[in-house]
Amino acid sequence: MGDWMTVTDPGLSSESKNLSQYTSETKMSPSSLYSHQVLCSSIPLSKNVHSFFSAFCTEENIEQSISYLDQELTTFGFPSLYEESEGKEEKRELNIVAVLNCMNELLVLQRKNLLAQENVETQNLKLGSDMDHLQSCYAKLKEQLETSRREMIGLQERDRQLQCKNRNLHQLLKNEKDEVQKLQNIIASRATQYNHDMKRKEREYNKLKERLHQLVMNKKDKKIAMDILNYVGRADGKRGSWRTGKTEARNEDEMYKILLNDYEYRQKQILMENAELKKVLQQMKKEMISLLSPQKQKPRERADDSTGAGISDVEDDAGELNRESIWDLSCETVREQLTNSIRKQWRILKSHVEKLDNQVSKVHLEGFHDEDVISRQDHEQETEKLELEIQQCKEMIKTQQQLLQQQLATACDDDTTSLLRDCYLLEEKERLKEEWSLFKEQKKNFERERRSFTEAAIRLGLERKAFEEERASWLKQQFLNMTTFDHQNSENVKLFSAFSGSSDRDNLTVHSRPRQKKPHSVSNGSQVCTSKLTKSLPASPSTSDFCQTRSCVSEHSLSNVLNITPEETKPHQVGRECLNQTWSLASRPGSQEGGCSGCSLACTNSHVDKDDLP
Amino acid sequence: MNFSEVFKLSGLLSKFSPDGKYLASCVQYRLVVRDVNTLQILQLYTCLDQIQHIEWSADSLFILCAMYKRGLVQVWSLEQPDWHCKIDEGSAGLVASCWSPDGRHILNTTEFHLRITVWSLCTKSVSYIKYPKACQQGITFTRDGRYMALAERRDCRDYISIFVCSDWQLLRHFETDTQDLVGIEWAPNGCVLAVWDTCLEYKILLYSLDGRLLSTYSAYEWSLGVKSVTWSPSSQFLAIGSYDGKVRILNHVTWKMITEFGHPATVSNPKIVVYKEAEKSPKLGLGALPFPPPRAAARPFSTTETKYEIASLPVSLQTLKPVTDRANPRIGIGMLAFSPDNYFLATRNGDFHVLSLCWHLSGDSLALLSKDHFCLCFLETEEGAGTA
Repeated sequence: MGDWMTVTDPGLSSESKNLSQYTSETKMSPSSLYSHQVLCSSIPLSKNVHSFFSAFCTEENIEQSISYLDQELTTFGFPSLYEESEGKEEKRELNIVAVLNCMNELLVLQRKNLLAQENVETQNLKLGSDMDHLQSCYAKLKEQLETSRREMIGLQERDRQLQCKNRNLHQLLKNEKDEVQKLQNIIASRATQYNHDMKRKEREYNKLKERLHQLVMNKKDKKIAMDILNYVGRADGKRGSWRTGKTEARNEDEMYKILLNDYEYRQKQILMENAELKKVLQQMKKEMISLLSPQKQKPRERADDSTGAGISDVEDDAGELNRESIWDLSCETVREQLTNSIRKQWRILKSHVEKLDNQVSKVHLEGFHDEDVISRQDHEQETEKLELEIQQCKEMIKTQQQLLQQQLATACDDDTTSLLRDCYLLEEKERLKEEWSLFKEQKKNFERERRSFTEAAIRLGLERKAFEEERASWLKQQFLNMTTFDHQNSENVKLFSAFSGSSDRDNLTVHSRPRQKKPHSVSNGSQVCTSKLTKSLPASPSTSDFCQTRSCVSEHSLSNVLNITPEETKPHQVGRECLNQTWSLASRPGSQEGGCSGCSLACTNSHVDKDDLP
Repeated sequence: MNFSEVFKLSGLLSKFSPDGKYLASCVQYRLVVRDVNTLQILQLYTCLDQIQHIEWSADSLFILCAMYKRGLVQVWSLEQPDWHCKIDEGSAGLVASCWSPDGRHILNTTEFHLRITVWSLCTKSVSYIKYPKACQQGITFTRDGRYMALAERRDCRDYISIFVCSDWQLLRHFETDTQDLVGIEWAPNGCVLAVWDTCLEYKILLYSLDGRLLSTYSAYEWSLGVKSVTWSPSSQFLAIGSYDGKVRILNHVTWKMITEFGHPATVSNPKIVVYKEAEKSPKLGLGALPFPPPRAAARPFSTTETKYEIASLPVSLQTLKPVTDRANPRIGIGMLAFSPDNYFLATRNGDFHVLSLCWHLSGDSLALLSKDHFCLCFLETEEGAGTA
């Protein structure tokens, strides 16, 4: 029990303090107050705990305190603390069980009360916060209400002022209108007045006129007359005609004719204009259609109704055109069709142009990257360049034309004309002349050469003849010599050697040097011959051949000499062969033969005597 | 420009013959006829009184001289100088006299506009037309000379009579829907007659040759209305100049207005070229001559040479505001003239002292006459230029 007291007391005391704080601020229900008081009174203070307990029950007044407690408890409904006893005089014994039960009951009660207290406190807190919240809301709403009231008053005030103004303006307008109306009325009235006065004055005036007219007519003044020397003929030369009904009718007819002519003329003009305009419209339509048709590939993807209508419109128009041209009427339906179709086409064209514009603007915004779209500046620059080029070309053409004109049109003397004739070809002519002269010279030279060649050929022929004759004679001699060979072998040899070579040097060289050089040595020998030959002929290669044959002859002859074979036919054959060869040589161009024969003759003549055979 | 010597003239009476060969001028009571090329005096006629009006006949054979004070008209012949003709109106008085288109009839308007007497030079007949209207332009002949339209007024109403000029037969007589007819004019094609009302009411009526009303036109109400009217040479347009300073052009198909031209005080349209006359010795007020539309300003009297320079826009045309509280104020389009090729329209607006506007037949140039000055304007026509 002592522990219970110490434990709960601080909590209780604090709670009681809190409670006291709350109760000062908030209104509490009487029941709660009562309970609070009860609690306060029932809960003993910490300081006075022990004193209170000791104050109530001491050792002296135990019986009294027990009886008091018993009374209290029984009044509260608890069972009595005393034991049940029969007699009144006996001291009742304390029922400890009852006491314990009572204590327990009291504790339970206490706990319940505490719980209830807690609940009540929390509720209190909640209510307090709610209260605060509501109060703040209330304050805000009050403020809002105030402000809105003020606004409303202000607006009402303004409204009132505007209405006043409005009324004033209406008033002014009415006034103005009234004024205008008044002025108009004034004008109208004045106009009528004026007219009326005018009419009155006119009537007066007419009366005066009538009066005067009467006076004038009545007077029959002779003075009113025309004094004319003689009457002049009419302007158109015809006679005057009486005025009859016929003439009146004729005049009417003429008048109507004039009017009709004028109307017909005007109608013709208008018809012509109409036809022209129709033509122009149709052309425009066609051009628009043609313009739009290549573009229809792109919008076809989008499947626009307008393009679809346009395509069908084209077909329709094609049919229409035929019909229109055949009829060529200006009836309502045809006109409407034409105008409608043109409007359609125009709309399509406009939308297309707008699309292009958008494209262009996009390009400008995004920058120039598209290959298909040429920037305007480049385009303009190019066009300028092209124009410049065109101008330059034109100027050139003009100047050239002028020059040509001058050429053709210059009037000059005969001399100059003759000089100037073919002046462009003068250079070429002179060149040609030079070349021609050169050519002629060359021709002459060739002619000369040819002549010399022919002469040489003729000479050669003659020499050949001579050679032939000599050969024949030589052969005869040979033959004759052959019969007396033994004695004249040496002579043959000599003869042969004579053929071979003229000098010792030559023979030696023949033997010493290899056979390949024989042409050389022979050529040495032949050089002597050729030296003679050169007199007659220019150097010709055929002599070397001749010399070659001669070397063959000499070889054979030498071999014959060395072998000292009595074979006669061999050298003879050889000679013959050689000679044949020489004859074969002789079959070559005549000049060479001639030369050769001459050479051979020379050789034979010169080298008969020499011979030194080893 | 070469000028001939100065010849004496009285009463501003000097007229060229219609065929352009002769020039007739009056000096007091003498009529002098000169040859145009040599300016030699060919004929000299003497009249009975001071001549107030001379007029050539259409075939250039006769000249009439009217003397209003005496009520006399004398007719002279060029072919036969001895031939003479004198018409005496006597007490009837004479107010106006003119030829008929065939050159053989003379129409005399007697005093108070009582009647028009038609005197014939071919026959002895005389015709009377009663109560012609005393207005600005009451008689008009068609260009081919077939018909004559005459404005009449009876019982406070306006009528128009159409006569056949060959025999003076009355063809049509009809009432017009005007308050107070002021002028009538045939279209050059002779089929439409334009009739316009007094300046208090803007109203133009168009009648066909047979008297049917074709159309009426009224631009506005209450303010002062029509001041001058002229047809274009092709009869396609009718130009109406009004007191509000605007020219309105009607077309011959619908008789509705197709365009109107204003005459603003400041010229600022960049397409207009303004030629300003600059003087060597600057005096008070310089004139300006803008083109197109051309109009002339008052030029101060000066004997010094002047040159024209192109003024830079905007140019304000200096005008003196005329008094508007008097009758017939000097505001509005007073003169209109189409060029003969239908390209241009020349107008005079306001108080400018241009007394006459005259186009050359080719339509290239325009002659302007003021009291002291004479101006020739040459126009460069571009291809396809419309009316300016």
